[in-house]
Amino acid sequence: MISYIVSRLLATIPVMAIVALIVFSLLYLSPGDPAAVLAGEQATSEDIERLRVVLGLDQPFLTRFGQWSWAVLTGDLGTSVFSNRPVADLILQRMEPTIALTLLALALAVLIAVPLGVVAAWRSGGIVDRLAMGLAVLGFSLPVFVLSYLLILFFSVQLKIFPVQGYRPLADGLEPFLRHLALPAFALGIVYAALIARMTRASMLEVLNQDYVRTARAKGLSTVAVLVGHALKNAAVPIVTVIGIGFALLISGVVVTETVFNIPGVGRLTVDAILRRDYPVIQGVILVFSGVYVLVNLLVDLSYALFDPRIRY
Amino acid sequence: MTAATDRTPAPGRIARVRALAVDHPTIAIGIAMLAVVVLAGALAPLLWTVDPQTISPANRLRKPNERFWFGADLIGRDVYSRTVFGARVSLLVGLGVAVAAIATGLVVGLLSGFVRWFDAVAMRVMDGLMAIPSILLAVALIALTGASLQNVIVAIAVSEVPRVARLVRSVVLSLKEQPFVEAAVAAGTPFHLLLIRHVLPNTTAPLLVQGTYIFASAVLTEAILSFIGAGTPPAIPSWGNLIAEGRTVFQIAPHIVLFPGIALSWTVLAVNLLGDGLRDALDPRFVSRTR
Repeated sequence: MISYIVSRLLATIPVMAIVALIVFSLLYLSPGDPAAVLAGEQATSEDIERLRVVLGLDQPFLTRFGQWSWAVLTGDLGTSVFSNRPVADLILQRMEPTIALTLLALALAVLIAVPLGVVAAWRSGGIVDRLAMGLAVLGFSLPVFVLSYLLILFFSVQLKIFPVQGYRPLADGLEPFLRHLALPAFALGIVYAALIARMTRASMLEVLNQDYVRTARAKGLSTVAVLVGHALKNAAVPIVTVIGIGFALLISGVVVTETVFNIPGVGRLTVDAILRRDYPVIQGVILVFSGVYVLVNLLVDLSYALFDPRIRY
Repeated sequence: MTAATDRTPAPGRIARVRALAVDHPTIAIGIAMLAVVVLAGALAPLLWTVDPQTISPANRLRKPNERFWFGADLIGRDVYSRTVFGARVSLLVGLGVAVAAIATGLVVGLLSGFVRWFDAVAMRVMDGLMAIPSILLAVALIALTGASLQNVIVAIAVSEVPRVARLVRSVVLSLKEQPFVEAAVAAGTPFHLLLIRHVLPNTTAPLLVQGTYIFASAVLTEAILSFIGAGTPPAIPSWGNLIAEGRTVFQIAPHIVLFPGIALSWTVLAVNLLGDGLRDALDPRFVSRTR
């Protein structure tokens, strides 16, 4: 088991190295002069030259890549062109709201989608199944920001249950914290829930007509025990896999949700960086989010052994 | 008699299409819904009621009425006419991204399937690309190249290429093991004929399904990019831009956000339904599982 964990950890190193190479090369691969594009139309030629030096575009590719990779490895993600502060600090400061929002959306999505998918498969072709799968297609098609605005209109403006926008840290108390995060987490989690519900249903359908499920039923186990203890446990591997792959949806969605709900997280930082043409910040955010994504999928790989004792490392 | 036979090569095909529509109603619904959007986009110059670029401060934030069907925006432009023109942008981006991603992915996938050293390099690059969240990759590319419709299409297509390439590669690898392909190779079939007769026909069905999903996700991604200020230039009335413009005033004038939002959701839903239907109809694995 430990040797497997180590080998999987080592396998993520080349992936992250290639991610870093791609992110770094973008500056060089893009046609035209990136310094001029980033400096904007009003920039003087001195502005462009200064930016060129800041971005390291005045040095040869390999020299610059070597310096940059070493800096990244030691936790230095560069300096913001706009505020002149270290990018790593800017991201760390904004991390708390983003982590809170993502985890809450993840929990909501799993809690809604898995039971829904199980029931849909158990009564496949029935009303719950049709309704759930219809909602899943709708969930896929409703853009995060449209759903967010609909939720705000209904729950905040009409019913006044939740605040329209803003964020309260957990330190201010659990109730205001959850009240501010409820709508954004729900809006963010819905697409993810649609994906998980479909996979849960498909995976459960494959398992439900297996012999051991019939045996479990025949020996008089309750429906819940059969569905959860026998079927869901065996159907878990594809479900967990799609939870890992779909995590990318949360990362993309966070940028939009934080903008709509005015949450001061990493997503909002990204949007501000776009408006200020602050490329080092954009670069740093990509690197951090890609790293998180690779890590999440590593955890998913390792979790297989929990669900399926036949998988031994 | 001859007139009848002249017209009858079709019945077989029509009957088959009709059977497909009956077996997979989602295909028919998806096509019908999509047709509305395509017509709106194609006939936009005839359908608009108020010139979409005309600014009239007197009408700013006007609620929907008989002159401004979907109301007016922050500077008094007609939301209905702008939404109708927005269909063109979304369809163009969806189609552009699907074609670009499939063409590039097809070449990379074919090369990977047949050339071993290329495979080793290309698949590592594809792994790396897939680990980068697509929105962020597009944001970085657009920040570096400047906002234009063409750059938006390229930026979105880049992160869709790996999925196509992997799909094509897996088709090629499984085909190479098939007896009929081995027989064709043994019989000395030239490579280009092998490609045209045996490999490409087997990629069309999965690529068609994949293409619809790419289309849907590209339409969504373009809207998101415009919304966060990294997409189509603000002067172009794309749905994402319209929604972004209504963002600050959305509590007093929700119509600026809602109508383009409905158009966007409608389009994505149409393409998703079509894709789901096509997948069920074309994927033999799926059919055998459900029947």
